[in-house]
Amino acid sequence: MIAQSFEYSAPDSIAEALRLLASHQGSRVLAGGQSLIPMMKLRLSGPAHLIDLARIAELNYIGETNGSIRIGATSTHNQLATSDTLRQSCPLLAEAAARIGDVQVRNLGTIGGSVSHNDPAADYPAALQALRAQVRLVSQRGERTLPIDKFLLDAFTTALEPGEILAEVIVPADAPGLGSAYLKHQQPASGFAVAGVAAQLGMKGGKITTARLGITGVASNSYRGAAVEAALEGRPAQDSSLAEAAGLAAKGVEALSDVYAAADYRAHIAGVMTRRALQAALARAK
Amino acid sequence: MATATPTKTETLVGKRVRRQEDPRLITGTATYVEDLKMPGMLYAVIVRSPHAAARIQAVRTQAAAKAPGVQAVFTGADVESVGPVPCAAALPGLRVPKHTILATNRVYFVGHPVTVVVATDRYLARDAADLVEVDYEPLPAVSEPEKALAKGAPAVHPEWPDNIAFTTHTEGGDLKKAFAEAAKTGVIVKERIISQRLVPMAMETRGVVAEWREGDRHLTLYSSTQIPHLLRTQVAIQLGLPENHLRVITPEVGGGFGSKLNVYAEEALMGFVAMRVNKPIKWIESRRENFQTTIHGRGHVDYAEMSATKDGTITGMKIKIIQDLGAYHQLLTPLIPTLSVLMMPGLYNFRNVEADIVGAFTNAVPTDAYRGAGRPEATHVIERMVDILAAELKMDPVEIRLKNFPSKDAFPFATATGLMYDSGDYAAPLHRALQIVDYAGTRKKQAEGRKQGRYLGIGISTYGEVCAFGPSPATPAGGWESATVKIEPTAKVTVMTGSSPHGQGQETTFAQLAADAFGVSLDDIVVIHGDTAVVQYGIGTFGSRATAVGGTAVYLALQDLRAKCSKFAAHMLGVALESVTFEGGVFSSGKTAKTVSFGEVALEAHICRNLPPGMEPGLVVTRFFEPANFAFPFGAHIAVVEVDKETGETKIQRYIAVDDCGKVINPLMVDGQVHGGVAQGLGQALLEEAVYDEGGQLVTGELMSYSVPKAHHVPEIECDRTETPSPVNPLGVKGVGEAGTIGCSPALVNAVVDALSPLGVRHIDMPMTPQRVWRVIQERSRT
Repeated sequence: MIAQSFEYSAPDSIAEALRLLASHQGSRVLAGGQSLIPMMKLRLSGPAHLIDLARIAELNYIGETNGSIRIGATSTHNQLATSDTLRQSCPLLAEAAARIGDVQVRNLGTIGGSVSHNDPAADYPAALQALRAQVRLVSQRGERTLPIDKFLLDAFTTALEPGEILAEVIVPADAPGLGSAYLKHQQPASGFAVAGVAAQLGMKGGKITTARLGITGVASNSYRGAAVEAALEGRPAQDSSLAEAAGLAAKGVEALSDVYAAADYRAHIAGVMTRRALQAALARAK
Repeated sequence: MATATPTKTETLVGKRVRRQEDPRLITGTATYVEDLKMPGMLYAVIVRSPHAAARIQAVRTQAAAKAPGVQAVFTGADVESVGPVPCAAALPGLRVPKHTILATNRVYFVGHPVTVVVATDRYLARDAADLVEVDYEPLPAVSEPEKALAKGAPAVHPEWPDNIAFTTHTEGGDLKKAFAEAAKTGVIVKERIISQRLVPMAMETRGVVAEWREGDRHLTLYSSTQIPHLLRTQVAIQLGLPENHLRVITPEVGGGFGSKLNVYAEEALMGFVAMRVNKPIKWIESRRENFQTTIHGRGHVDYAEMSATKDGTITGMKIKIIQDLGAYHQLLTPLIPTLSVLMMPGLYNFRNVEADIVGAFTNAVPTDAYRGAGRPEATHVIERMVDILAAELKMDPVEIRLKNFPSKDAFPFATATGLMYDSGDYAAPLHRALQIVDYAGTRKKQAEGRKQGRYLGIGISTYGEVCAFGPSPATPAGGWESATVKIEPTAKVTVMTGSSPHGQGQETTFAQLAADAFGVSLDDIVVIHGDTAVVQYGIGTFGSRATAVGGTAVYLALQDLRAKCSKFAAHMLGVALESVTFEGGVFSSGKTAKTVSFGEVALEAHICRNLPPGMEPGLVVTRFFEPANFAFPFGAHIAVVEVDKETGETKIQRYIAVDDCGKVINPLMVDGQVHGGVAQGLGQALLEEAVYDEGGQLVTGELMSYSVPKAHHVPEIECDRTETPSPVNPLGVKGVGEAGTIGCSPALVNAVVDALSPLGVRHIDMPMTPQRVWRVIQERSRT
């Protein structure tokens, strides 16, 4: 469990990090190191140069402006889980952050690192898909902002280009009265999601007006539960609507299969978690 | 010279005394093998086979040898002078593959050691290991025992194409008659029951440091082991060293659970390397190596049949055990299933048994002793079969158990498999557990829950075990234990035990015995173990034996020393020995108003100003204890669970453990042993499985995929005890290290099966993962 030798830099500004990234062959960005370091120790990854973002103060913040919450890339899971801003304006993301790994992982792991790594069973993507989040990417060439579903391309694959760093995650503050919940069935060894479901529901006059759903762990990439959303909007806000719509959670999805959960079981669990997440979200909606 | 010794009358045996070991463990100041540093120390990394079966065509080490910092590289050809890794089992007709410390022309499992690279630091050694080129010709592999036994399966060892290492057949009573009668007028139930392969997963992986002194040809081996003396004997033989030129030291050992009750290739290998490079050498096993190359446990496929009369009296049992041995025999590999045969009757008094074992070679790491070692498998089968029989006869699982226990006045009780159960009152812990759980009330809740569509289950396991190994004729390398107790001139007491505690807490329990013997405080006592140059020969810690056998040796030495102290005291008081009494650290006599303290006696025994006639100076006694029998703890565990019918998840609502481990020296530590044992038992029941794929790759080979129980998986365990002293040793103790593990898994499986019984479910194999339980529910709901 010993990594190959590598160079290490710890810049204190984004500009310096981008310069290092552009000028060193085979370099990789290190954030909380909760995935990259184990991969290096198992020699599944052997970067020649690590650029550690930990000392860049301008990457660590959670703030709300004009109905948007902006989260700096090196904000830790624990910072998100305990953020008053998120708890008030976007509790879904705080709830998802609180379900990641264990205390040690949450104290070191970061949202930028997790989203850039795009493990198909990570917790954030479900919430970010449901929230229609955006990510801001920076490089020496400038910056661009992408919707989350255009950023998360496939398992361990994102739209990040060489020389680019994910600098910020942007989520909308909840509209008044929305209820949300994140539920997952977790693999007991890793804690990763076998099926993780983030749900937001809004209702008016006994009918569902807003339904947003993100699902992780089930397929090779997280996805928006578009079929479930469509089946819910305008329907009566009651259990039978939720149960019926939840049945569509993994419809048309090629579910992953491993020793812990074969594809059929995983797809089934996606449905169960979806119904339960919707029920919890509805119970919290006003 | 200070001789003041605190005197006290309060005794410590039986009290919840806190562990003396814990401060250094919980403050991170204990010394493990990894903590040892020596000037000039080199580091070893082992290159291992990525194939489950392959021919080695070539090993090229030149590039590695030239890499920065590399001092030496050794291959299988280089270590041919070193003797094979030993197996202590002597079963008739046992096929023993030659187990060299490095592979030569063939590898037999993923992780098989092939080459060792030695460098000035561990990082350079690890980098250089990648430069060793091995040409393999991969061969077909077989990693499941039943597939290995099938016709046309790949041969693990080409010389034995049937993959059978041994078979045994055991009979007691007249099973054919019992089954014939049951077929006519009674009932016979059958089931195939699996006790899956498990990774023992000590928190500290293995590690070895070897130090060679060329001048006096003396090797010191530091190893994370449970058996320092046995290891010394075996490694001396492997290396061709006189045994008194080898010293084995076990620093702190971070858990073993049987996985360090062994002699591994790396121990002789590091000795060999140290002797060749003439520098200290360190090898620390990585977690991945631990998964792949430290022994696994269990690995049973059991076919069981049980006969009974219609009223639920069990009349006989037949079992066929297919034991997954792995590619080699480690120290005790073939013996583990023989313990399952011995314990197949559990706590029940039927007289007719038949048992067959087929030991199957597979392309996997060897199995061997893991917490419980053969008894959890046996208990799982008997406790499942009793529940299956109860279901068949529509009897309550409590009623059928009570009906088949031997009565408490039937002890010593001879079993159908030839054991003599020492003492017992098997109904007592069951009644106590039923009372704690409120059995009637819980059954009522279950019935109400079922009306609401909830799957609640109550699982009962009344386990028995054989432990305190054991009489020497029944133990491969001696079943006795040793102790030396020394009283120093300042009245400090040193206890040296031949057992090798590594978490069990005998530094505390043995100190409790010594404190009570001399009326001194725990702080006046040091318990030393695990250094063959300091401590007299001993056997080690395994099989819940250290207190029952090792503690008895300590007790005998303490009694002898007390007697000698009394003689000194009588002489100092000027009275007859018979009139001397000892209490609270003070010797007195009705014949005089004078008293002498323990401290004064300790000093006098060393300075000898007035040596009694015929007495030798000094206060040192060594005693050995050879037990006449094993000890047989027992108990009742009850689990209350709810199964989520949608996800298949099992939630443990209550867990009650009522254990009888004989006399209790420290109830706090008995609770701790039960807690840890239950945690490992529920790991097997619900979470853990070492899964090899068709090609022999260990799929669950890291902690991201192999699920050891975490704190949140373990419920509150409600512990209670009954206390039936063992007549086998003067302390009356039995053993508790493995009880929790043995009792637990059937309680949980019985509970889940009970929960799903309305669906007609009769058996579920372990681990009862949500997926497996869900599939059972799906299948049953369709039929």
